[in-house]
Amino acid sequence: MSEPPADAVPAAEAARLHATWSDPPGLLGRLASIDHKVIGRRFIATAFGFFLAGGLLAALMRLQLARPQNGLVGPDLYAQLFTMHGTTMMFLFAVPVMQAFAVYLVPLMVGARSIAFPRMNAFAYWIYLMGGLMLYGAFLLNVGPDAGWFAYVPLAGPEYSPGKRVDFWAQLITFTELSGLLEAIVIITTVFKLRAPGMALHRVPLFVWAMLVTAFMVLFAMPAVMLASTGLILDRLVGTHFYNPGEGGDALLWQHLFWFFGHPEVYFIFIPGLGFMSALLATFSRRPVFGYSAMVLSLIATAFLSFGLWVHHMFATNLPELGKSFFTAASMMIAIPSAVQIFCWIATLATGRLWFRTPMLFALAFFFILVLGGMTGLMLASVPLDLQVHDTYFVVAHLHYVLIGGAVFPLFGALYYWYPKMTGRLMSERLGRWNFWLFFVGFNLTFFPMHQLGLEGMPRRVYTYPAGLGWDGLNLLATVGALVIAASVALLLFNAWRSARHGEPAGDNPWQAATLEWATASPPPRANFDRPPVVHGREPLWEAPREPRHVKGLATDAREVLVTTVLDAQPDHRAGYPDPSIWPFVSALATTVLFVGSIFTPWAAVWGLAPVAIALTAWFWPKPHETDAHLRMERAPR
Amino acid sequence: MATRIRPLQRRPHARGPEPRTFAAAALAALVLGLLPLAAVAAPPFGAGSQDALRTGGPQAALILDLWRLLLAVCGVVFAAVMAAFGVALWRARRGTRDTPPELQGPLRGEPRSARLVAAATGASAVGLCGLIVASVLTDRALARLPLSNALHVELTAHQWWWQARYDDADPSRTFETANELHLPAGRPVLLTLHADDVIHSFWVPNLSGKKDLIPGRTATLALRADVPGRYRGQCAEFCGLQHAGMALEVVVEPDAAYAAWAERQRRPAEPPTDPQAQRGQRLFLAGTCAMCHAIQGTDAAARRAPDLTHLAGRARLAAGTVPNGRAQLAAWIADPAAFKPGTNMPGHRYAPEDLDALVAYLETLR
Amino acid sequence: MCSRCRERCHRPRPPRPALGLALALSLPLALAGCEREARRLELPPSAPLAAPSKAGVLYPGPYASAPVRVTAADPVVRGQRVEENAYAVSQGKRWFRWFNCSGCHAGGGGGDMGPPLSDDRWLYGHELPQVVASILQGRPNGMPAFAGRISEEQAWQLAAYVRSLSGQLRSDVAGGRSDAMGSGEPEQRREREVPRPDAAPPTVR
Repeated sequence: MSEPPADAVPAAEAARLHATWSDPPGLLGRLASIDHKVIGRRFIATAFGFFLAGGLLAALMRLQLARPQNGLVGPDLYAQLFTMHGTTMMFLFAVPVMQAFAVYLVPLMVGARSIAFPRMNAFAYWIYLMGGLMLYGAFLLNVGPDAGWFAYVPLAGPEYSPGKRVDFWAQLITFTELSGLLEAIVIITTVFKLRAPGMALHRVPLFVWAMLVTAFMVLFAMPAVMLASTGLILDRLVGTHFYNPGEGGDALLWQHLFWFFGHPEVYFIFIPGLGFMSALLATFSRRPVFGYSAMVLSLIATAFLSFGLWVHHMFATNLPELGKSFFTAASMMIAIPSAVQIFCWIATLATGRLWFRTPMLFALAFFFILVLGGMTGLMLASVPLDLQVHDTYFVVAHLHYVLIGGAVFPLFGALYYWYPKMTGRLMSERLGRWNFWLFFVGFNLTFFPMHQLGLEGMPRRVYTYPAGLGWDGLNLLATVGALVIAASVALLLFNAWRSARHGEPAGDNPWQAATLEWATASPPPRANFDRPPVVHGREPLWEAPREPRHVKGLATDAREVLVTTVLDAQPDHRAGYPDPSIWPFVSALATTVLFVGSIFTPWAAVWGLAPVAIALTAWFWPKPHETDAHLRMERAPR
Repeated sequence: MATRIRPLQRRPHARGPEPRTFAAAALAALVLGLLPLAAVAAPPFGAGSQDALRTGGPQAALILDLWRLLLAVCGVVFAAVMAAFGVALWRARRGTRDTPPELQGPLRGEPRSARLVAAATGASAVGLCGLIVASVLTDRALARLPLSNALHVELTAHQWWWQARYDDADPSRTFETANELHLPAGRPVLLTLHADDVIHSFWVPNLSGKKDLIPGRTATLALRADVPGRYRGQCAEFCGLQHAGMALEVVVEPDAAYAAWAERQRRPAEPPTDPQAQRGQRLFLAGTCAMCHAIQGTDAAARRAPDLTHLAGRARLAAGTVPNGRAQLAAWIADPAAFKPGTNMPGHRYAPEDLDALVAYLETLR
Repeated sequence: MCSRCRERCHRPRPPRPALGLALALSLPLALAGCEREARRLELPPSAPLAAPSKAGVLYPGPYASAPVRVTAADPVVRGQRVEENAYAVSQGKRWFRWFNCSGCHAGGGGGDMGPPLSDDRWLYGHELPQVVASILQGRPNGMPAFAGRISEEQAWQLAAYVRSLSGQLRSDVAGGRSDAMGSGEPEQRREREVPRPDAAPPTVR
C-alpha cells in the first residue's frame, strides 16, 4: 500500500529537508548528532556489544561448571564473572536495548519528524555508553564488582568488600539509572506530544503503548535503586550507617529498596518484549492483533501490579509470614493480564493468515518458552515452594526462561524485522532459520536441566560443586547447550554483518506491514517523513487512504516539528527543534568525570560539578542562528 | 557493487505447516524430548542427600506435596496453552507478503474469539486462586509443626562455617560443635539463626525449606527429621569467596544414638596419653591453632573458628570440603588455601614430624 | 547508501584525539587499581612456623633486638605491597578484631590500657617493618609477642591495618566503616598523623 506517485514530494523539497536535518560532517559531526535514528542504531549496536560480552562471561562460567571440582576459574574470578554477567545483562543490555529500539522506532511509528528532547536523548546514550565502558574498564583492571548483580549488604558493604569493586558497581547503577530515567522522559513526551494528527490514543500501535507503559514504570522504579545505591556509596565512602545494624541501620533495607526497583525492572524488559510480539504477530498473521483494548489494559495492569511483588525475592528472610502471603497472591495474580495477552495472540493466530519468516519464528518461540517460565514463576510465587528453590538453579532456569523467552526471542525477531528498515537490506532468511533453531535448541538444552538441578539441591553462585551429588551430567548438558547458544549468536552476528553489504534490498515495506515506520524509505530520510502522515485508523498502511493524507506546511529550511494534543492528537503548535550539538557529548564526559571521581573521594561531587555546569550552560545557551530561524517561523495566532 | 536481487520466496500453502518448518520443529522436539530422559536416566543421586525431592521430615514433605500439586496443575495448564497454540498454528490458513490484511473481522467485533479469551481468562483466574489457597494452606501447616519437647539449637553462620550451640534447660549441659549437626529422629528441632558477618542461608533440602541468617536479626526455623540418615545442606546465599565451600552435614539418628552422641559432645577432650599426641597438643596450644580454635578441657578457648573438641568424630572437615582422615587432615592443616582458597585459616609449612604429631593429637579428639 | 560512502571518502580525516596522552595519564591509575584489588589467596612461598613462644604469654623484646629484615628477595615481601592491597588491609582489620587487639587498644585504635594507635606517637617505630616487629616480638609494658601465634602474613596484614588507623594509608586502600557499634571514624577518612620524629627509635634496618 505505498503512496501513488501523484502525491510524491518534489525532489527539491526533499533535498532541502534532508540538508536541514542532516548532521555536520566529520568525527565532530558524528559526536554531535542528535538524530534519533543515528542514536538509536548506535544504542542498539552498543547494547548488543554488551550482550556479547555478557554472553562470553556466561560461557566461561559454564565451562567452569561443566565438571565438578573444575580448576578453570577460581572463586574470586568466578564471583566477578557472575556479577559482571548479571550486571551486564540486566543493566547494560536488556533494559537499554528495549529503550534503544524505542528511540529508533517510536518517532517513526507515531509519524513524527524527531524524537522529543533530542539532545537529552543523545546525552542519555552517551552516559549509558560511558557507564558501561567504565564498568568493563574496571573489570579488566581487576576492579570489577564481585558481590553479585544485586550486591546484598553486608557482603557488599565497606567491611566485607574491600577496595573499589563494589563502588564501581554502585556507580554503574547511577549511570544506567540516569540514562534510563532520561530516556523514559524522552519516550513519554514523544508518545504524548509528537504523534501524527489523527493518531488518537486508541489508535496508537501496541508496541508504542508497551514502551509508554515501560517508561512510566521506569520513572517510578528507578528512584528506589538510586536511593539504595546512593546509601551504599555513602556507607562505603563516607561512613554512614544505612545498612549497619550495629548503629541502627538494617541489612534488609537494602533488599527492600533494591527489589522495589528490581522487580519492576524485569518488567522493563518483559513489557517491551510484549510490544515486539504484538508488532510481529500482527504483520505475520496479516491481521491486527485481536482485542486491542484488552491488550492495552493488560499492559497497564501488568505495570501497576509489578510494583506490588518485590517481597517475593525476600521470602527466605524473617519477614512476617502473613505479609509474605500477600505477595504470593500478587505474584500469582500478575499472571492474569499476561494470560489475557497470550490468549489474544492465540486468537490472532487462529484467525489470521500465517506467514512464516524468521521474525515470526522468534515470536512463536515465545509461546513455548515464556509460558514455561511463567509456570515456574507461579511455583516460585508460593512461599513454601520458594523456600526450597530460592537461590538455587531452579531460579536461574526460571529467570532465563522468562527473560530470554519473553524478551530476547522477541528481540531477535524484532531485529530481523526492523533490520531492513534501519539498513535498507533484508537479513538472510536461510541463516535466520539456522540461527533460530540453534538458539531454540541450545537455550532449552542449557536451561531446562537447571530446573532439575535446583530441585536436587544445587545452589546459585557456586564456583564449583562436589562430585557424587548427581549434578555432574546435568551440568555438562547445560554447558553443551551454552556452546550451542554461542554458535547461534555467532550466526546472528554473521548474518547481521553480512546482510549489511549483501542482503537483498528491502524497499519501503518489505513485510507489507501496517504501521507508519513502513510508510517511509528504508533507511528513512533524515527528517523521517518527507511529509508527515495524517492517521485515520489503527493500521494506517492497511486501511484505504483517506484525505487528508499528509501534513503540509512544515518548514523545510528549518527544523520544525508538529506538536499535537495528548488524547486526540489534534495539531497544537509547531515547535522549532535544535540543531546538532556537541554539548550532550561533552556534558556526558563531564558527568562521567564527576561520577568516577566520586568513587574515590566525596569531594569529587563538588569540584566535578564545575565542568558539568559549564557544559550544561553551553548546551542551553541560545544560539543566534537557531533563535533567528525559530523566530522567523513564528506566526501570530489569527 | 552489483547485488543479486532475488525475489522473496513465496510458498503459498492453504493449510498446514511448511514442510521444512515442520521437519525442523520435529527434530527440535525430538532433541528436547530427550531432556526429561536425561534427568531420569542420570546416575543415582548421591543417595539423595541434598535433594528436595527426597524428603526426610514433615516440612520437606509438605513442600514436596505442594510441588507435586503445582507441577500437575502447571503441567496441565502448559499443555492446554500449547494445545491451543498448536491448534491455532495448524489450522490457520497460510498467507504471504501480499495476502490482503484482514480488517473487516476486527471491525465487526469477533464475538467467538472474545468469548474464548474471556473463558480462558476466567478459568486462569479461578485456577490461580486455587493455587494461592494451596500455597497459603501449606504455609500454615508448616507453621504449625508441634514443638513440644523441641530440641533447641542456636546456629551462627560465619564466613565460611557453621557454629552450632545445643541449648539445654540446664546450662551446664549445653555444648558447642561445628559444621556437623546430629538430630534425634522424630523430635522437633527449633533452630535459632544468627549471622556473624554477612548474610548466609541455612538449607537442608531433605528436611526443610531455607531460612536466611541476617546480621542484626534473629530468625527461627522449626523442623523435624523423621527418617534417619545423613543429609547434606549448603549455604544458599552468596556470602563471599567460599560460599561454595560452606556445607553442613546433618546426621539424623534414633533417640538413643543421639543421646549418646550428645553425651560425648558434652565431655571435654581427654588428655592424650601417647607421647606423639602429647607433643601435638603442645604444638596446638603454643602455636597458631589456639588463637582461633577451642578444645574444651584445654586452655584453647577461642571462638573464631570451629570448635575442635570432638573433631575426629566428624565425617568431614572444613564445612564439608575435605573428607576427614589422617592424610587429608594433614594436607588441610599444611595448606588450607589449596582446598578452600580465600579461607581465613593460615597455612604453615610444618616440619613433617611436627605435622604428624599435631594430626596424631587431633585424631584423639573423638 | 552511496551518498554516505562518498561523504566518507571525500572528507579529510580529522586528527585522532590524543589517545597516547590519555593512556599515559590513566596507566598509573590502572596499575594502582591492579595492586589494590589483587586477592592473593594461595599460601605464601615461605610460611615458616616461627619458634613457639616461651611459657608465659608476655615476652616483650627491646625494639632493637632481632629486627625484622625486609629485602626485595624476602619471601614474605608481598607484605611490602600489603599497604597497597585493600584485601590485605581488610584481612588485617579482621585479625584486629579476632585477636582482641581492641581489648587493649580500643575498637578504633584510640587507646585504653594499651597506647593509642591512631595518633602521631610511635614508641617503637611507625614504619611497616617496625610495626610488624612490635607485633611479633612483643614490647615492654604488656604488648604480647605474637611470633609463632599468628602467621607472618597475618602479622604484615595486621601491621598495615594498624598503620591505617592513623591515616598512613591511601584512602582508596584503607577500610571503610565497620559493621559494628561505634568504632570511630572510618580509616579511609582519618587525617594522616605525621609521626613525631622525637618519639622515633633509631632506624631499624
